[in-house]
Amino acid sequence: MSDISLTVNGRQVRATVEDRTLLVHFLREHQGLTGTHVGCDTSQCGACVVHVDGKAVKSCSMLAAQASGSTVVTIEGIAAGADLHPVQAAFKEHHGLQCGFCTPGMIMTATDMIARHPEGLDEATVRAELEGNICRCTGYHNIVKAILAASQAMSKASKPKAKKAA
Amino acid sequence: MGMEGIGARVTRKEDKRFITGAGRYVDDMVVPGMKHAVFVRSPHAHAQIKKIDVKQAQAMPGVVAVLTGKELKADGIGNLICGWMIHSKDGSPMKMGAWSPLAFDRVRYVGDAVAIVIADTKGEARDAAEAVEVTYKELKAVVDAVKALEKGAPQLHPEADGNLIFDWEIGDAKATDAAIKAAHHVTRMKIVNNRLVPNAMEPRAALGHYDKGEDHYTCWTTSQNPHVARLVMSAFYNVAPENKLRVIAPDVGGGFGSKIFIYPEEVVCLWASKKAGVPVKWVADRTESFLTDAHGRDHHSTVEMAFDKNNRITGLKVDTVANLGAYMSLFSSSVPTYLYATLLSGQYNIPAIHANVRTVYTNTAPVDAYRGAGRPEATYLLERTIETAARELGVSPAELRRSNFITQFPHQTPVIMCYDAGDYGASLDAAMKAADYAGFAKRRDKAKKAGKLRGIGMSCYIEACGIAPSAAVGSLGAGVGLWESAEVRVNAVGTIEVLTGSHSHGQGHETTFAQLVAGRFGVPIDSVSIVHGDTDKVQMGMGTYGSRSGAVGMSAIVKALDKVEAKAKKIAAHLLEADEGDIVIENGALKVAGTDKNVPWFQMALAAYTAHNLPSGMEAGLKETSFYDPTNFTFPAGCYICEIEVDPETGLSEIIQFVAADDFGNIINPMIVEGQVHGGIAQGVGQALLEGAFYDASGQLLTASYMDYTMPRAGDLPSFKVSTSNTPCPGNPLGIKGCGEAGAIGSPPAVINALTDALGIADFTMPASPSRVWAAAQKH
Repeated sequence: MSDISLTVNGRQVRATVEDRTLLVHFLREHQGLTGTHVGCDTSQCGACVVHVDGKAVKSCSMLAAQASGSTVVTIEGIAAGADLHPVQAAFKEHHGLQCGFCTPGMIMTATDMIARHPEGLDEATVRAELEGNICRCTGYHNIVKAILAASQAMSKASKPKAKKAA
Repeated sequence: MGMEGIGARVTRKEDKRFITGAGRYVDDMVVPGMKHAVFVRSPHAHAQIKKIDVKQAQAMPGVVAVLTGKELKADGIGNLICGWMIHSKDGSPMKMGAWSPLAFDRVRYVGDAVAIVIADTKGEARDAAEAVEVTYKELKAVVDAVKALEKGAPQLHPEADGNLIFDWEIGDAKATDAAIKAAHHVTRMKIVNNRLVPNAMEPRAALGHYDKGEDHYTCWTTSQNPHVARLVMSAFYNVAPENKLRVIAPDVGGGFGSKIFIYPEEVVCLWASKKAGVPVKWVADRTESFLTDAHGRDHHSTVEMAFDKNNRITGLKVDTVANLGAYMSLFSSSVPTYLYATLLSGQYNIPAIHANVRTVYTNTAPVDAYRGAGRPEATYLLERTIETAARELGVSPAELRRSNFITQFPHQTPVIMCYDAGDYGASLDAAMKAADYAGFAKRRDKAKKAGKLRGIGMSCYIEACGIAPSAAVGSLGAGVGLWESAEVRVNAVGTIEVLTGSHSHGQGHETTFAQLVAGRFGVPIDSVSIVHGDTDKVQMGMGTYGSRSGAVGMSAIVKALDKVEAKAKKIAAHLLEADEGDIVIENGALKVAGTDKNVPWFQMALAAYTAHNLPSGMEAGLKETSFYDPTNFTFPAGCYICEIEVDPETGLSEIIQFVAADDFGNIINPMIVEGQVHGGIAQGVGQALLEGAFYDASGQLLTASYMDYTMPRAGDLPSFKVSTSNTPCPGNPLGIKGCGEAGAIGSPPAVINALTDALGIADFTMPASPSRVWAAAQKH
């Protein structure tokens, strides 16, 4: 058994888990954060993507014990209170989801992607960077559209701040 | 309220929970005392079970119970059945082999379940499952349907001699043979439709809970049709009487057909919950899904298409062998028969058609409906053949199709279907324009200079949706009726709940169904809630598949709304002291036409429930039910064009553009319809270029994970150009045809027609993976 301590969605969490417990199972079964999904056994589908210390990580490919000391954000933790995160809003606005199962992973991947590309995104980049997330419903058409729109909206929103900082 | 009614691009009501991680799927359900199950599965494709030793497993940490097929049989749990009776052409009924939910004497495919292990945690159940010792005597296996029919092939079921399930035919053999004999030209092809794995992103799951105090079962399951699951588990599998069994299909993460069927796992979890005295949850891992979800397609066909000297099609003869896998899944027999051969006329006027279909047992996963179900197989066969014919005859593929289009409606085909409405030329024109078909030659030349091979291909598909008139399908062998139910409850404050037998697993019913109601009564869409997926809430329903939720499910809602409206008008007329014939409903109020006298919707509803002042003899309340039975299938149709570019150096195929021009009849929400088309095209392109379920000769599935089975990813696809035209369906009150399957039906032949055009070859067996395309390109 391992004693672990980490921050999940802004809350300090301590637990004792079986050594083999994956981060995804810790989040789903110990923390009740069932928005993070398991869609495969081979770290291919991306339904389990969360942010660990600010980076998109497939939570099925990491032990809970490895995340000890880290800051983890899941799909349940990205909205600011009642206000949707711009990526969440864009997925709704552009019909970037159907059955919703891959959606949390898609949104977590997309927020990371947008953060890594402050210069903006184009369709080819979005499609290439979605390599690790599988969707069976949408044909990706509206997911790509939503990510491009969110990237634009977020870059507009952050520009005035950048000016102030300068 | 026009912004929220029919035709409006309303964003989805259900999205909020999905984008915030608040969706509730079966694996998210927790019941007090719940334990976790893992199934012990056969590693062999074909073997006798000599012995199952569970002692060591039972002693493992955390283990609650280890149960086998013998105990299941002793408790009287029934065999799984196929619910659609097909008779062979000699009149004999189909040969259904026994399928026990847990195999006890013989296993017939890799993944066949032999025991269930229940433990405190999934990890402990998995560990203990490893310790269950099953002694097998291996038998020879056969995985190829054509080989399974050969003399000396391993035999799967004593009930089915030579592995033949049925040998069925449709159409006029004599007239078709005569047409081929008299033909000016005959195009002949061998067509393989590759086996696919549906791959809904949510793996199948079941949670069985037996309540001892109430002697009552609850089953949470990943189902597209929970009521049918309850009916079948009750009536055929002896799990419990219907009134003692509640089936809940909560949020379901995609289905594509694969979650229509009742699988062994939900039956076993329910039975085991009583046997072991604990709630039992099972969630498939992905490899389990690959091994045991019903697969799709797997047809081997030969086709002859006859033409007269004017290039008019005079006859079509088809011979198909369809692989149904190791057991007959719930609707498996209907897919290669009435959902396939009845569509072999396509969009064309073909005076004589004959199809012969043999279905076969093999040592592979059961095969059943997968998005399109039979119609993609028919479309692929027909559209590959007519494309090849155009090349052989030296005529334009578009014009050969156009000159054979059906243009008069209704049109009775020689294979049962009577097409009610359509304009195939309009879709063809729209697609060719959107694709700049005329400019293709220049683009091909430009690509050639860059060392690339570019091709263009089209496909003109038709499908039969909205399944279907109950009496018609009953006469064809269906064990169920295919109506749909709706209950509309107007609450005392005027808000509305619609209970529907349709089930949403991505289709957005909570939005489109609410749009219908909001538009009808002029109430805000947020005051309308859609209730589905629970047999305790919705009385009965047939579920969602075959693009039927709009054409059939919404029609049932319309019928119930008609009754609500009639009663509401009576109440309003009484309150306003007017004639009920003068009452109109506008903007959330019931008005006396041509006056300013009105009663708001909510006041009328309140009056219905206070019952202080109702017309004499009227019952209190405002709740109406309808069971709608369609009068015909619906016939969505369209034209798809694919432009592809092959790099002969690498074998990589890039889809340059993909155009879809569909006729779905009237549309409730264009945003949702477009989304359905996008997803369907991705699955069709996946079938053509990427996906294939491959077994080795011993029956091991070689493509049993996402490392091996190529799912379409974002980088494999372009953005699509989709448009719709609209000839309303005359058969249902909303004029809806259905849009759920078109993309998967129409796209594979368009891709392969484009690819063979690029490579300058006659045929290519799907999937056109890079190594195989490279090999073909070297011969270019």
